[in-house]
Amino acid sequence: MFGSLAAFGSTVFKSAADAETTPSAGGVASADPTKVPGRLPSALGQRSAFENPGRILKTPALSGSSRTPLEALNGNLTPADLHFERHHAGIPNIDPDNYKLLIHGMVERPMAFSLADLKRFPATTRTCFIECAGNGDIGLDRSNIPDKVTPGQIDGLLSTSEWVGVALSTLFREVGIKAKASWFLAEGGDAAVMTRSVPCSKGWDDAMIAYCQNGEAIRPEQGYPARLLLPGWEGAMQIKWLRRMEFADRPFMSREETSHYTDPLPDDTARIFSFEMDAKSIITFPAYPNRLPNKGWWEISGLAWSGRGSITAVEISTDKGKTWQPAQLQRPVLSKCTTRFRHLWNWTGEETFLMSRAIDETGYVQPTLQQFIAARGPGTIYHTNCIRPWKVNRQGEVTFGLTEVV
Amino acid sequence: MSGFSRLAGFAACTRRRWSIFFVLVILPVSLLACDSQPESINPGRASDIPATSWPASFDIGRKATRSEIVAWDIDVNPDGQGLPEGSGTATSGAKTYASKCAACHGADGEGGVADRLVGREVGADFPFGRSYSSLSKKTIGTYWPYASTLFDYTNRAMPQDAPGSLTSDEVYGVVAFLLFKNDIISGDFVVNADTLHLVEMPARNRFVEDDRHGSSEVR
Ligand code: HEC
Repeated sequence: MFGSLAAFGSTVFKSAADAETTPSAGGVASADPTKVPGRLPSALGQRSAFENPGRILKTPALSGSSRTPLEALNGNLTPADLHFERHHAGIPNIDPDNYKLLIHGMVERPMAFSLADLKRFPATTRTCFIECAGNGDIGLDRSNIPDKVTPGQIDGLLSTSEWVGVALSTLFREVGIKAKASWFLAEGGDAAVMTRSVPCSKGWDDAMIAYCQNGEAIRPEQGYPARLLLPGWEGAMQIKWLRRMEFADRPFMSREETSHYTDPLPDDTARIFSFEMDAKSIITFPAYPNRLPNKGWWEISGLAWSGRGSITAVEISTDKGKTWQPAQLQRPVLSKCTTRFRHLWNWTGEETFLMSRAIDETGYVQPTLQQFIAARGPGTIYHTNCIRPWKVNRQGEVTFGLTEVV
Repeated sequence: MSGFSRLAGFAACTRRRWSIFFVLVILPVSLLACDSQPESINPGRASDIPATSWPASFDIGRKATRSEIVAWDIDVNPDGQGLPEGSGTATSGAKTYASKCAACHGADGEGGVADRLVGREVGADFPFGRSYSSLSKKTIGTYWPYASTLFDYTNRAMPQDAPGSLTSDEVYGVVAFLLFKNDIISGDFVVNADTLHLVEMPARNRFVEDDRHGSSEVR
């Protein structure tokens, strides 16, 4: 992991102190770092050798995804190299100099934009989450709710970044969207040529085409060189490697908005075009596989988010849902963004369940699994947002507690 | 939230290129003034630069040519718009399916390493929201509302190991084959640009609009 720089450091600064090293979690520390000069500046930074976070990979499949290790993170942002991935035919390799965004259909002026063109428009910045609609479906197959799962395995199809790009409304003005146009098709330049229909109203509202992620060029996994960003809406619509937008007066009925990303309801219908992500939260500490070594003061911490706007409160229960207390919210609290919450807890050493529930600016309260299934029926897999309980046993071992909370 | 809108307002004021001195002196007043602006939905944009001061056009980008639009405009819509010339039947499609699709989706579309495509054991029923286990019975025949989607998706994304490699006739053929295997069309039905939109899918009327619409109610 350290590569040539580490080799450089050890040859130049070879010393007695360096020879006495203590290996720990993949890293090798100097016995006394104050007695040996450290590593010199380098073109690219790297994590401490003692820190090895990694995306959670599914068994290799033809259509791939990986999850953000939520338990390895704190604060609000997701490091770009830990942003979750979901793609249907792999990550395309696109030369930014040959990149082209084509806009046509019901517009006054069909146009083509290079990446440099997109960057020349007035820029806009947005810090928000992207969440896959399939995130957190773990409780729905009730015959098979696991207990040894980490926060990332449960809800890691969620990441938060600062995005820079051009507001879609800026491009709408430039090409002149016709009054009749109500939808546009967004198409990716990957091998799935992935498409989704998006209502024009989202473009006038807060959509953008992003080319920067956390201060640098967007990563290939997230859509390099440019992607659609639809704050608060399901990830699958936010077409990566965006190459074409076609305007029309009706949706296009692509596979990803009919066969997939629709929500069957118990009355023998299915919800189509369910874009918004409902309010949700998950405690990321303590969680499986943590073991609390002793009773006493612990800070419960986690993330809350809503696609409908800002989180106004997160409530914590440390007694299996009998009583609820407000958690502290990390400022600033941003609309359609994750919000870090924290809550001090004095553990008595007895078995208990820890739960969090998010409340957003519409007054929506994150439901329990029972409330969720009562409203949505048992056949939903997308847009699952029920409360995620963690069980703490008397040994301090923490496991996912959904099966035991009613 | 008020703390946040205050920050957004502050950013808006500083962007107007006032001198630091001016900002420092006028800051408390300007914060008040900016706070009274309607809070933008996108905190980066509308409050940054009022769009009214923008030119009608930035004159960035170029006119798209007819041929580059035609080259990329591959989507096929429920009314059949976008379908290319060519045609196919279940018979012509069976051969293509066997050689180019069966390895992943199973010889009869029963599924394999990739999705199940064929099956009508639920008939014209739509039980998917009633139990988690019924989700495995989702197929083109039981769940897909439009036949156009099958052409569009196969044409753009399949076969997954060689996307975009089929001729229009081959796509029409596998579409006919899969519709036939799902008991939706007969074996001699010719699928082409004039007929595909006539195919009535069993799940055509099952889809309803999202009724959550941002209320506090759990739906
Ligand atoms: C190399 C394996 C492979 C081959 C060959 C292949 N497919 Fe697929 N197919 C897939 C995968 C994987 C998916 C799911 C992709 C995803 O979800 O992103 C898929 C999805 C589909 C779907 C959508 C299923 C649904 O329920 O949404 C259809 C339809 C389809 N393929 C048709 C075909 C046809 C027709 C062919 C032959 C021309 C073909 N496939 C060849 C792997 C393959």
